[in-house]
Amino acid sequence: MNQATSAEDPLARIFREEAAGVLSVLIGQVRDFELAEDALQDALAEAVVIWRRDGPPRSGAAWLLTAARRRAIDRLRRATVIRKEASQLELLAQLELGGRETEENQPIPDERLRLIFTCCHPALAQDARVALTLRTLCGLSTGEIGRAFLVSEATMSRRLVRAKNKIRAAAIPYEVPEGSEVTERLASVLDVIYLIFNEGFSATKGASPTRASLCLEAIRLSRVLYQLMPHPEAGGLLAMMLLHDARRDARTDADGAYVPIAEQDRSRWNGELIDQGTKLLLHCLGQHRPGPFQIQAAISALHAEAPSASATDWKQIAALYAALFEITPTAVVTLNRAVAISNVETPAAALALVDTVSDELDGYQPLHAARADLLSRCGRNTDAAAAFRRAISMSGNASERNFLQRKLDQLT
Amino acid sequence: MLYIALIYNRETGSNDPKMFEAYGQYTKEMIEGGFFKAGDPLQPSETATCVSVRNGKTELKDGPFSETKEQLGGYYVLECANLDLAIECAAKIPGAKTGTVEVRPIVAM
Repeated sequence: MNQATSAEDPLARIFREEAAGVLSVLIGQVRDFELAEDALQDALAEAVVIWRRDGPPRSGAAWLLTAARRRAIDRLRRATVIRKEASQLELLAQLELGGRETEENQPIPDERLRLIFTCCHPALAQDARVALTLRTLCGLSTGEIGRAFLVSEATMSRRLVRAKNKIRAAAIPYEVPEGSEVTERLASVLDVIYLIFNEGFSATKGASPTRASLCLEAIRLSRVLYQLMPHPEAGGLLAMMLLHDARRDARTDADGAYVPIAEQDRSRWNGELIDQGTKLLLHCLGQHRPGPFQIQAAISALHAEAPSASATDWKQIAALYAALFEITPTAVVTLNRAVAISNVETPAAALALVDTVSDELDGYQPLHAARADLLSRCGRNTDAAAAFRRAISMSGNASERNFLQRKLDQLT
Repeated sequence: MLYIALIYNRETGSNDPKMFEAYGQYTKEMIEGGFFKAGDPLQPSETATCVSVRNGKTELKDGPFSETKEQLGGYYVLECANLDLAIECAAKIPGAKTGTVEVRPIVAM
């Protein structure tokens, strides 16, 4: 998120790259989220002064970990004088012993997987999982996260404090789940990363630079996750986000107006990202453990490889949506499948399918946009106009509203 | 860590012998696993009395604290190393299949 500062400040870059790794090890050692975070902040402040004076050390991570642990010990000592809890004293003794074993120039272990699974624990509310992940793993400030999700810094701060309190008070374990639990827990992690990506990608509540960089944060985090846990669904999510992100620039025209995929200038798609995403997807599919993200990535890949909107393999896309429906039978999947079917069969057939879910999705803006398009393609202009008006009234995004308004104007 | 598992369910007004047996099994499993600290079923919510003291005066209300469809019907106190284990234990409570089990850590005093 601090791209502007990282370009001019090498320290900011080191902090950004190393902070999550250091924090992940420190939490394991001090067994307290808040204490670890505070101690790391102290260490970062110390580093600014010392590294500027002496130059950065050979291993920034090891230096930060040593400094942060020292600061954690100081904080614990001060707290222990007041409370004198046996468990605190024991922890203090362990920390002081453990500190001597760390060589300042040795690489530190990578515990980020434990941190990821703890931040995305299903016992935490979803908005708290997202906030905690952005704070601890992506290193965003509370204010930045608040701006990205359009809530005040104070509200976001309360959300984070509450989540960290629950981790401590309810003893949410700091570990990577094992056995049969992994798949379910991984799904929760992938959902959080996808939510972060989507928040930046769809920009339902208006665009801002902070929100756009959420896509990059999600991709970066997804790369870390896939590297540490090369599960095909983790790869599927990364592939899908790369393929979506490849189209990002083409989604708006020179005036910043929204351009739907069928009308996008395909020469503006990022070929390198498409290539990366497709290769990764093929590798994951080769492991024959399909899942929702791999299927969605495959759909995105079919769009990406089509030379034009009309040359898109809609038949296969419709089949993939049917397969997705088998795993996640939701009304939204049915809606997407109907849009694909409208290009294989007839808009009327698609409309019939859409109407099976239109009650359930009445509050979902894309339903009305899709219905409007199908109705106009069926020549039912009066109904189409009503659906366009409904879709416009429900859209929170100005450039999308303008796009729908143009469509509405073309009807009459 | 001690956790309390509060079992909320619709009150059927009759005793199901199968359910009784299932709870017996579950309690045995918790004792053998070293998790069990305490646990009891409660009389139906219509036997509840709410007590509050205002300005030194004790006020009573007939019935449970909240009039919801699902009512507190029993509890377990379980000793578990962390929340994941507590959730695993709670998920095995027979009442979790029909109602909801609220898991809360108990403050160590």
